[in-house]
Amino acid sequence: MKDKFDTGTLRKVFQYIKHYRFLLLGSIILAAVTVAMTLYIPILIGRAIDFIIGKADVNFQAVLKILLQIGIIASVTALLQWVMNIINNKITFHVIRDIRDEAFKKIQILPLKFLDKHPHGEIVSRLISDTDQFAEGLLMGFTQLFTGITTIIGTFLFMLSINWIITAVVVILTPLSLLVASFIANRTYNMFKIQSEIRAKQTSFINEMISNQKVVQAFSREAKTLEEFDKVNEKLEKSSLRAIFYSSLTNPSTRFINNVIYAGVGLTGALAAVGGSISVGGLTSFLSYANQYTKPFNEISGVITEFQNALACASRIFDLIEEEPQVPDSDDAIILKIASGKVDLNNVEFSYTIDRKLIKNLNLNVKPGQRVAIIGPTGSGKTTIINLLMRFYDVNDGSIEMDDIDIRDITRRSLRRNFGMVLQETWLKSGTIRDNIVIGKSDATETEIIEAAKASHAHSFIKRLPYGYDTIIGEDGGSLSQGEKQLLCIARVMLALPPVLILDEATSSIDTRTELKIQEAFAKMMKGRTSFIVAHRLSTIVEADTILVLKNGSIIEQGNHRELLNKNGFYARLYNSQFTV
Amino acid sequence: MVKLFIYFKGYIKESILGPLFKLLEATLELFVPLVVAAIIDTGIKNSDRSYIIRMCLILVLLGLAGLVFSVIAQYFAAKAAVGFIKKLKQKLFSHIQTFSFTQLDTIGTSTLITRMTNDMNQLQTGVNLSLRLLLRSPFVVFGAMVMAFTIDVKAALVFVAAIPVLSAVVFGIMIWCIPLYRKVQERLDKVLGLARENLTGVRVIRAFNTEENEIREFEEKNDEHTIMQKHVGRISSLMNPITYLIINLAIIALVYTGAIRVESGIITQGAVVALYNYMSQILVELIKLANLIINITKSVACGNRIQAVLEIEPDIEENDKTPEKMKSDIVVEFKDVYLRYKNAGDDSLSNINFKVRRGETIGIIGGTGSGKSSLVNLIPRFYDATSGEVIIESINIKDYPVEQLRKKIAAVPQKAVLFKGTVRENIRWGKNDASDEEIYEALTISQAKEMVESKGGLDYEIEQGGRNLSGGQKQRLTIARALIKKPEILILDDSASALDYATDAAFRKSIREMEHTPTVFIVSQRTSSIQYADNIIVLEDGKIAGIGKHHELMESCQVYREIYDSQFKKEGA
Repeated sequence: MKDKFDTGTLRKVFQYIKHYRFLLLGSIILAAVTVAMTLYIPILIGRAIDFIIGKADVNFQAVLKILLQIGIIASVTALLQWVMNIINNKITFHVIRDIRDEAFKKIQILPLKFLDKHPHGEIVSRLISDTDQFAEGLLMGFTQLFTGITTIIGTFLFMLSINWIITAVVVILTPLSLLVASFIANRTYNMFKIQSEIRAKQTSFINEMISNQKVVQAFSREAKTLEEFDKVNEKLEKSSLRAIFYSSLTNPSTRFINNVIYAGVGLTGALAAVGGSISVGGLTSFLSYANQYTKPFNEISGVITEFQNALACASRIFDLIEEEPQVPDSDDAIILKIASGKVDLNNVEFSYTIDRKLIKNLNLNVKPGQRVAIIGPTGSGKTTIINLLMRFYDVNDGSIEMDDIDIRDITRRSLRRNFGMVLQETWLKSGTIRDNIVIGKSDATETEIIEAAKASHAHSFIKRLPYGYDTIIGEDGGSLSQGEKQLLCIARVMLALPPVLILDEATSSIDTRTELKIQEAFAKMMKGRTSFIVAHRLSTIVEADTILVLKNGSIIEQGNHRELLNKNGFYARLYNSQFTV
Repeated sequence: MVKLFIYFKGYIKESILGPLFKLLEATLELFVPLVVAAIIDTGIKNSDRSYIIRMCLILVLLGLAGLVFSVIAQYFAAKAAVGFIKKLKQKLFSHIQTFSFTQLDTIGTSTLITRMTNDMNQLQTGVNLSLRLLLRSPFVVFGAMVMAFTIDVKAALVFVAAIPVLSAVVFGIMIWCIPLYRKVQERLDKVLGLARENLTGVRVIRAFNTEENEIREFEEKNDEHTIMQKHVGRISSLMNPITYLIINLAIIALVYTGAIRVESGIITQGAVVALYNYMSQILVELIKLANLIINITKSVACGNRIQAVLEIEPDIEENDKTPEKMKSDIVVEFKDVYLRYKNAGDDSLSNINFKVRRGETIGIIGGTGSGKSSLVNLIPRFYDATSGEVIIESINIKDYPVEQLRKKIAAVPQKAVLFKGTVRENIRWGKNDASDEEIYEALTISQAKEMVESKGGLDYEIEQGGRNLSGGQKQRLTIARALIKKPEILILDDSASALDYATDAAFRKSIREMEHTPTVFIVSQRTSSIQYADNIIVLEDGKIAGIGKHHELMESCQVYREIYDSQFKKEGA
């Protein structure tokens, strides 16, 4: 990664640009044309000046003719420049859009293992800040790199056409400028990288604290949090200062070299003029070229630093885009129609980290329509079972079968369509109440939606909202109470009515009276449907066909309520404890 | 934006010296055309080779001095810009900390995060560039004009005509673009919000197979942002071509005027070249200025957005003076309390009246949306009552300094939030200097000790958002975090919902055995959690439906009885 150009990343950037190759070609042609025309103007002016020699020695007719040419060329150049700018903008902004789209699509297929492990703020920062930084670098790259290079070539040819000796002076001296620029760029690449890393850390911290501002305040931790923030902020200041200062040395240094070149041209040019091999007008054009010839080098070197910063950002985005996705559905994966609800777990082993086995040798056979209650102390692996059933995570060993088909042989879509899930942590998207309910079934009719809302007892509170079903709720449910949010999540499942239900402590923040009603509705819904319930409420468990009692990831007891009570083990103790307080 | 300038304090020296050295550099540049004119009019005309060589050496010296000046300028500019942003970030971050819960609800955290990150970065770039170039470019432009006057007044009039036109174009486009950039940023905010939301809801999205919908929505928002970007781009990229055109027209006028003046012998050929060179310098500076202005307009938009947040006054009114302590047996009292949330159509709490004695345990029960959380949120002043009074130890809570009030109270909210860091660090949120013994004590009461030990003790690293812990584990840690404060008032807002009955019961038992006997509010859905409370407040629809002990309420309060029956009939069967 110490390379000045991270060629791998660069190649990937070009992959995205490839799509716009015709626009790119147009841009290059326009750049060439405008540059040629821009360069021609100093020649014309030089010629005009040669017609203005001294007192009573001015050829007005010739001067006016040249000035008219200048006017026309300048107008056309201005117009073409504008068109070129628009094209360049389009390429840049579209590439950014494409990358963001792709990164977002990638997020949809990344394994949960990745998403659970990376702070969300960091992923968002890649998607937004890094792409933006990258955009700016790219934009500068486009507009200045092409015009820069064409200017260099054009100027070189024009200079050569006037006087080759002076041209030689310019050409020999310019590499100095490049040398200085690349020296500085090399030294600063790492500084930018460090800056970028510390900035990501800060972003992540800001994300965490501001998202949970209420907790910070509840504990009066404002000062302490600020103190921690200051620490990162201080570090960022130092690294930013280094990166910015050292990279900003490029301009003054190269400008100095240019001044030397300018003086060199002035010297050789003036001496040549004394010798009569060049006119004063020619010298004027030359001096103007000397400026133009070296300026693009400046700009290119400016572009190089900017581009490096951009590439550092790009590589972080590409890291995300190229992150190993979840194992895709195989080509011959079965599309599960409406499942009967038969679920079998055979010798399942699973762990989140290699060093600690969480689930060992789990066996479970669920017949269609059966109700499985999963209980156990917190952290005993209940949510893990859901992660596995839904294929959020894949088993390490053994298999899970649905209708006797290994779920890894079923397309994820069709598998998940057969599950209705209500998680403990409610999640609502910003949008209307209706938007949130139809997640369950995108083509649901209004009647179906209201029906589902009624069945989950959400209808009555929705009705009371200012715009009913069209009320827009903000980030994470906004002003809705935890219970209301949960009711909406239940309504979503009510609407879809899939053959297998997964309820993860779904009703824990709903009052028991409402819960009772919901349970009635569930009971209706569960008829003929297999259901897995993770709950602490014994009332929901008692009626289960099978109760799984988990502890430390393995099933320690399995059976129905009566059987387990008779066993007088862990379950019996748990059951009795609620009446002994 | 202007109001942000006070954060340059401490960097005033840098902010003045930076531009100053840039101006010195620019002044040197203005002498170059004069030297070139001298070469043409004196050196070439008189074929004086040694004069030419001397003049060219002067050019090199001018360049060298320029290099020194501008390196100094870059350093000061970078230092001022970075320092300015550091201070501003610090100020904004601490300002956000003062927002009330209502303000946090209405502003939205994702907006605040963008302002702290993206906007700040953009502003830093803008400030740095401004310090380096903002004064320099206009200085060179006007300097060139002044130099033109020293050569020939009539020709200089071309400069006088061209410069206002150029300024009008540059500033006109700038003013046009500023509000548009704000729109671009707003649309970017939407894209950001969607991405964040998608990450938090990833399980639900996948469970319902709505990935494609999400992608479609994202693409839509992303597209809207791109369209806006292109729109602004079209306008802002007018700047260079138009200025280029104007400059060339000015050059035409200049050469023509020059020709007339030379014809009549007023100025020399070298002077015309010098005038032309000055006009070219203006062009070069304008191109820089145009790029700079694009950057500055964006930065100003960002700066304004930051300022807008800074201008939001925290709406919690605070009394700085510690009120006189009065001995009272009544710890908490609600007097005719009403609460209506901002923009809400109806009251969430109405006519709430009750008194709580020191050391009592108060159960609060009621249906979803009945106002249980709203009620307890009033005690630490997370929200202010719309009318009525909340009184703690005989003093209206508005008369306490907020920090002092919250020191007395520990609230454990429904949603268990933990932070990146070790278990120890997380628990110490409640008490900075808590020893390991104290921490273990709190963990024991919250029934989390065994769990923490099995994870490897207090040094166990919790990931951001506590993702490596289960819901119940998180709840128990958040409870411990509150207990370690040894609060006078402890509020448990349905915060044991993910605990199983046995753990929950053991936990309540150990709370009652705590040495300093705090006054405890337990909000719960389960009658079993509150039935042994000294007093139970039953809420329905934001109103008190009954207050009393379990057996009293069983007789007098129908709502309570219904709740109880719904839980126990079945389970008892």
